[in-house]
Amino acid sequence: MSLITALIILGVLALIFGIILGFAAVRFHVESDPIVEQIDALLPQTQCGQCGYPGCRPYAEAIANGEEINKCPPGGETTIKNLSELLGVEAKPLDAAHGAESVKKVAVIREDECIGCTKCIQACPVDAILGAAKHMHTVIAHECTGCDLCVEPCPVDCIDMVPVPVRPDNWQWDLQQIPIRVVE
Amino acid sequence: MSIATKEIEAGRIWDFPGGIHPPEHKHRSNQTPIAQLSLAETFVIPIKQHTGAPGDIIVAVGDHVVGGQPLTDAGLNNGLPVHAPTSGTITAIGPGRIAHPSGLPDTVITLTADGRDEQVTMPPITDFHERGRSELLDRIKQAGIAGLGGAGFPTAQKFALQRPLDYLIINGVECEPYITADDRLMREHAQTIIDGIEILLHLAGCQKAMLAIEANKPEAIAQFESLLPHHPAISLRVVPVKYPSGGEKQLIQLVTGRQVPSRGLPLDVGLVVQNVGTAYAVARAVLAGEPLIQRVVTVTGDHVERPGNYWVRIGTPVAELLHQCGFNPGPQQRVIMGGPMMGFTLPDLTVPVVKITNCILVPSYAELPPPAAEMNCIRCGACADVCPAQLLPQQLQWLAKAKDYDGLEKQNLFDCIECGACAFVCPSEIPLVHYYRKAKAEVRQLAREKMKSEVARERFEARQIRLEREKQERLERHRRAAEARKKAQAEAVAKGADDPQDAIQAAIARAKARKAAQAAAAAAKQSDDESNV
Repeated sequence: MSLITALIILGVLALIFGIILGFAAVRFHVESDPIVEQIDALLPQTQCGQCGYPGCRPYAEAIANGEEINKCPPGGETTIKNLSELLGVEAKPLDAAHGAESVKKVAVIREDECIGCTKCIQACPVDAILGAAKHMHTVIAHECTGCDLCVEPCPVDCIDMVPVPVRPDNWQWDLQQIPIRVVE
Repeated sequence: MSIATKEIEAGRIWDFPGGIHPPEHKHRSNQTPIAQLSLAETFVIPIKQHTGAPGDIIVAVGDHVVGGQPLTDAGLNNGLPVHAPTSGTITAIGPGRIAHPSGLPDTVITLTADGRDEQVTMPPITDFHERGRSELLDRIKQAGIAGLGGAGFPTAQKFALQRPLDYLIINGVECEPYITADDRLMREHAQTIIDGIEILLHLAGCQKAMLAIEANKPEAIAQFESLLPHHPAISLRVVPVKYPSGGEKQLIQLVTGRQVPSRGLPLDVGLVVQNVGTAYAVARAVLAGEPLIQRVVTVTGDHVERPGNYWVRIGTPVAELLHQCGFNPGPQQRVIMGGPMMGFTLPDLTVPVVKITNCILVPSYAELPPPAAEMNCIRCGACADVCPAQLLPQQLQWLAKAKDYDGLEKQNLFDCIECGACAFVCPSEIPLVHYYRKAKAEVRQLAREKMKSEVARERFEARQIRLEREKQERLERHRRAAEARKKAQAEAVAKGADDPQDAIQAAIARAKARKAAQAAAAAAKQSDDESNV
């Protein structure tokens, strides 16, 4: 008798928890794969495609599916370190096949040479170039991610990648680098 | 009234952890009254001399300006104006050396003085008790007043947030060695400072102010002791000599026993702190309509013949200031802006005196030797004993070297006030503060990059959505055009025109017939040939 009671009680409990779990699964349903979001948040979002994928999000998806984490030159060592911590994999040096880590740059159009072909506008992944057909184009400097993608399509080669200038407010306290003029 | 408030009212002085007692060297510069410096020939006025965004330049090269005329206005960035220090002509606007340890250029306005020193002032407001907060705050902003104690935070902005305040604290501690600018100002202009405190009290909307002075300034204390009985809202607090008791958070702890929360503001504990120099500038701006175009600067050190305090126009090049004080530089002379603890070595002497410049120190080699070579940390813990913010300096140093930004965050790097007490006591001569400043700059840079990458992501995603939408629209347009064409044909057929479909069908039929005819002809030819064989 007691055996049957126990079975009934356990059965009822199983049913109740099953309903709760079932409800929770529907109620708290997660739409996308959160690991992709987390990886994407660590990538520099330059959308440069140097990793071989068309943007940071596709690369994040690829990493989630087992792609190497050392293919992002703009992110450099910091990104590799962060990714290795997130995913619990070994940090490797940057894969040289995809480019080297360099200083942050910004695109600048030599405006008097621009012929207004709109090719760079179409190439820019973050819509940071303003202009219209047969009118001069210009780069919105603070929106530019320095991805390089506009340089190659330009038929008159009027786009330069210049390093982001160091100003007093983004200076990194590199005191050793400052030539102090000694007053005699 | 709570027990804590009773104790504050009774004038209790609390203590803060840590602190050091470096040699003071104050007697050198506080023996003579504040002297007026002669006008320089050219002035260099950086457009950003405060914490926040610069204002918009409202003068052009070639303009003639008079002293006190604004050169920038708040503009779109809500900056703080800077004013012409004297009358003259604007000769250049562009990048120039500024008073910053980096030695990097920023936008400066160069003014060539005409020697007439014409001045313009705003109308004085003597009945400030009758005036509204916004009018007074606007005046303080128009006068270009930023905290003169060192941080340069716009004064009007400090009072803009209307939060209930218990006390206004006026900082006359001036704990850093060598500097005596506030000391002399308090001795000579006590009444103006009190007027300024009354105005600030009116703005703060609180009943009581506490004026804190370090015990090593007996003359200043005596001045206020004789004057303050007429001002019951202001009470005097004499704080013991210890560095850095003049730090905002340390002073709050000394006179109220309250602790400003980590990464918080004095406002969070119902207090606001202003420097005595700021109180003086506020009084002049409101009661006399004078914008902030000059301040007291201590010039001191072994290599200056006439050490003392000087009224210096903002924008005066340091070279000119030193020249007038009898500067005889030694070999490899360092010139320090600020005090020996928190100041920085100037990259060259063309940089100007700005609103936050309280001291120019020209020490001899023996007086203030340049930093020796860094040795390894021996984990003695002396730094942790003296840290006024109760941080673990050696731990922060390891983390900063390892670039462990999460660890630095956990050890509350941003509560470091960069007072230099840890580096002062370090037996291994480790430039600890330098590591913290660098780490702070890196953390801020990472935060900026993070923000930028967020924006880039949003823009990238918006672009993807737009491209997809445009593609769909294009396909839709083609589909519609095709439909419209079909419909037009159908209508034309209905009206009796030739159905193009019929024509097509007819053409197909003709082609088929021709093919069949050819096939038949070929077959016939073949059968003919066969029969001929």
